[in-house]
Amino acid sequence: MRKRAVKPRLVLIGNGMAGVRTVEELLKIAPDHYDITIFGAEPHPNYNRILLSPVLAGEMTIAEIVLNELDWYKEKDIKLHTGKQIKTIDRARRKVIADDGTEESYDRLLIATGSTPFMLPIPGNDLPGVIGYRDIKDTDEMIEAAKLHKHAVVIGGGLLGLEAANGLKLRGMDVTVVHLGPWLLERQLDEVAGKMLQKSLEDKGLKFLLQKQTEMLVQGESGRVAAVRFKDGMQIPADLVVMAAGIRPNYALAESSGIYCNRGIVVNDTMQTYDPKVYAVGECVTHRGIAYGLVAPLFEQAKVAANHLAGYGIGRYTGSVTSTKLKVTGIDLFSAGDYMGGEGTEEILLNDPHGGVYKKLVIRDNKLVGGVMYGDTADGPWYFQLLKDGRDIHDIRDSLIFGQSLVGDVGHAGKSKAAEMADSAEVCGCNGITKGVIVQAIKSKGLFTLDEVKKHTKAASSCGSCAGLVEQILASTIGGAYTPAASDKKPMCGCTEHSHGKVRKLINDEHLTTKEAVFAELGWTTPNGCDKCRPAINYYLISTWPHEAKDDPQSRFINERAHANIQKDGTYSVVPRMWGGLTNPKELRAIADAAEKYNVPTVKVTGGQRIDLLGIKKEDLPGIWADLNAAGMVSGHAYGKSIRTVKTCVGMEHCRFGTQLAMSMGVKLEKMLFDMYAPHKVKLAVSGCPRNCAEAGIKDVGVIGVDSGYEIYIGGNGGIKTEVAQFLCKVTSDEDVMEYSGAFLQLYRLEGWYLERTCHWLERVGLDYVNGKIVEDEDGRKALYAALLDSLKDAKDPWATSREEGPVKQFIPIMVEA
Amino acid sequence: MSNWKLICKLEDIPQLGSRVVHWEERGKIAVFRTSDDEVFALHDKCPHKGGPLSQGIVHGKRVTCPLHGWNIGLDDGKAVAPDVGGCKKFEVKVENGQVLMAE
Repeated sequence: MRKRAVKPRLVLIGNGMAGVRTVEELLKIAPDHYDITIFGAEPHPNYNRILLSPVLAGEMTIAEIVLNELDWYKEKDIKLHTGKQIKTIDRARRKVIADDGTEESYDRLLIATGSTPFMLPIPGNDLPGVIGYRDIKDTDEMIEAAKLHKHAVVIGGGLLGLEAANGLKLRGMDVTVVHLGPWLLERQLDEVAGKMLQKSLEDKGLKFLLQKQTEMLVQGESGRVAAVRFKDGMQIPADLVVMAAGIRPNYALAESSGIYCNRGIVVNDTMQTYDPKVYAVGECVTHRGIAYGLVAPLFEQAKVAANHLAGYGIGRYTGSVTSTKLKVTGIDLFSAGDYMGGEGTEEILLNDPHGGVYKKLVIRDNKLVGGVMYGDTADGPWYFQLLKDGRDIHDIRDSLIFGQSLVGDVGHAGKSKAAEMADSAEVCGCNGITKGVIVQAIKSKGLFTLDEVKKHTKAASSCGSCAGLVEQILASTIGGAYTPAASDKKPMCGCTEHSHGKVRKLINDEHLTTKEAVFAELGWTTPNGCDKCRPAINYYLISTWPHEAKDDPQSRFINERAHANIQKDGTYSVVPRMWGGLTNPKELRAIADAAEKYNVPTVKVTGGQRIDLLGIKKEDLPGIWADLNAAGMVSGHAYGKSIRTVKTCVGMEHCRFGTQLAMSMGVKLEKMLFDMYAPHKVKLAVSGCPRNCAEAGIKDVGVIGVDSGYEIYIGGNGGIKTEVAQFLCKVTSDEDVMEYSGAFLQLYRLEGWYLERTCHWLERVGLDYVNGKIVEDEDGRKALYAALLDSLKDAKDPWATSREEGPVKQFIPIMVEA
Repeated sequence: MSNWKLICKLEDIPQLGSRVVHWEERGKIAVFRTSDDEVFALHDKCPHKGGPLSQGIVHGKRVTCPLHGWNIGLDDGKAVAPDVGGCKKFEVKVENGQVLMAE
């Protein structure tokens, strides 16, 4: 960065979530770029506005929802003016003037003035006891009113109105919700779901008056509001009236300074206003004609604005698809996208009014474009992800409505719906994290993404099986703030904005062959990556450019550097390869001798039909390899993101039911794939008949012999989440088995993202896609197969090479004597 | 001034890698080398569950423990937030291509 004597000045008007998030994003990528000043009209530091509802409901306190303590501003050297409202933006002199006369000059101005509740233009709307619902002051006023008064009327049956009504009810008031529309939440729900919601809220004691137009608010003797009168003459008592009939962007300040506004401050895709020195984000903005009132889009805008303020100029905001989750405890409701459907769309419905479950999915051109769920929202995040990814759902259409629980099979006592779990229930079985701990962390630390929850609580950070549950908890805790990124837009790690897909593509298109070239080309923010991106990039380089890109051992996880599997005490386990699970007396003798010679404490048979020698010291590894090599054995790769094993049954060689030579087929496949690295581990199995004793149905590639040939299955998984392999095709010869499975694995090797198993990759791209490439396109298949064989043509035993060629130094400690 | 003990040559430690030093009374020490040839030494024991930091991936001035992925700062031995904890740090320097550790 250029050295400057005086830094340019950035002034932010609006100390709320969108503005401060922009500053946070800016500080992340350009920490020293600006002298920053923030003006906030409220007397508080930045707090989590979306958690005002739990505060009103008595579930949280104001202190708990503060996002940035005053110390944060100090630490970041930000000048903060609270309780000061900007009255004038003098664009000619580039300065802002507050109501108390405070002036600040700017080089760049960021406007994030948010919105205000829309107050119905009716007589009495300014009476004491009539409020909007927007900030801490309003919340305090409602809490006070609930102590002294009985009748509350909430005007507006939208998200905010219902949350306010719920909170006031919990605080003991008698609450009536007045709504102009024909059903509740008509901007988020269709009629059926809206009615179901109304029923559950009525069961909680709320009252509703639908399709009612308010005429005026009647003043009581005390001067305070006393009643609400409707156009049809009906009148109900009201000591507190909360207006929740929508929000209006706050753009008067910008407009008065001559910045172009049209029902909001108009910005382009870089969040810039018509004045190039002035940016705007959040609820005060209209972007492509849309003003967003949920927090998730604001965060996306913040990221883009920060990027441009930092002078990088690469981000674009192109609008958001939003999802909704009502934050009323005990009510499960989720909606996203175009949930109403209409011309050109189809609907899939599941309606069980008695069981309290309703699901509607809206599909256009074989893609999910919207959905509503009531009662069972466990699959909400999955549907939302499908929607954002725009994935063709044609091949999963028949089971789509039943969902695809994102939750693994084991580790959380069979629970798959977060809402049903008690606070004390274990969500993450690896790290012993309960639901209560996760909820607490989300609220008190202001977490908004799965990654943040993983970092702070460790939940879902080991095996990841509970990630779906954690996402549900996140969604129900922060409501509309929760939004997953489209899969192909998720950054690889904290070092970059780029996704796995983008990095893979550029390595291929730009012919990049070193990690340094990748870091330079894609503007990595760290000098040499991290433990997440380096192994991925190393794999992408060597799989895309075999024989050309050089493997970088320091970018590999220790297991692949030491060709052995690290154990909890720092010792290693060694697994010699037994092709197809076959061995013989000579090998067994050598293994027994080695086990004795190196005092191996544990010898175990693995699930993949191999023998595992556990508890070996690192410095003994080269020695034990030499002994095993001498008996003709090579590395079993039990440690790598690589070919692991081909499991076989005894097949027609011995079995009276066998239809094919399963052992021989297995050995051929395993020899073909020897030393093959992949995005994740790869396991195969060959069974000689449909009894399937080799368990081919849960392998990455499963081959099942039948009388007329072989059936090939792909994408099975037996781990965290049992996934049954899907039928790919039937072939007649051993050569075809090699070609089809080889081509399939090569496609996975070239297109899978690092740490994505075949089942996850298949879920992402769809079986139709793989079918098209492998079964229907003969030339393509043959080319993939040839490419696989070419990249493995000089495969060597890593044990022998690291003993003979590589420096064995890494295995030997340096001794220092006293 | 402390006395310095010769450990190894700089080139004996791979860039973005480490070597383990067995030092009788101190136990196992991991000596790391960064991409710009800075050298750091930490007790070879992650503050989380005792994992061998010497076997981790080195990036910038951090190492990631191979057991559960904690990140430890090489220059201060402290766990990177939100994790909390630290491990003992030893003084090392490089002179004329030789790595020396304070006794």
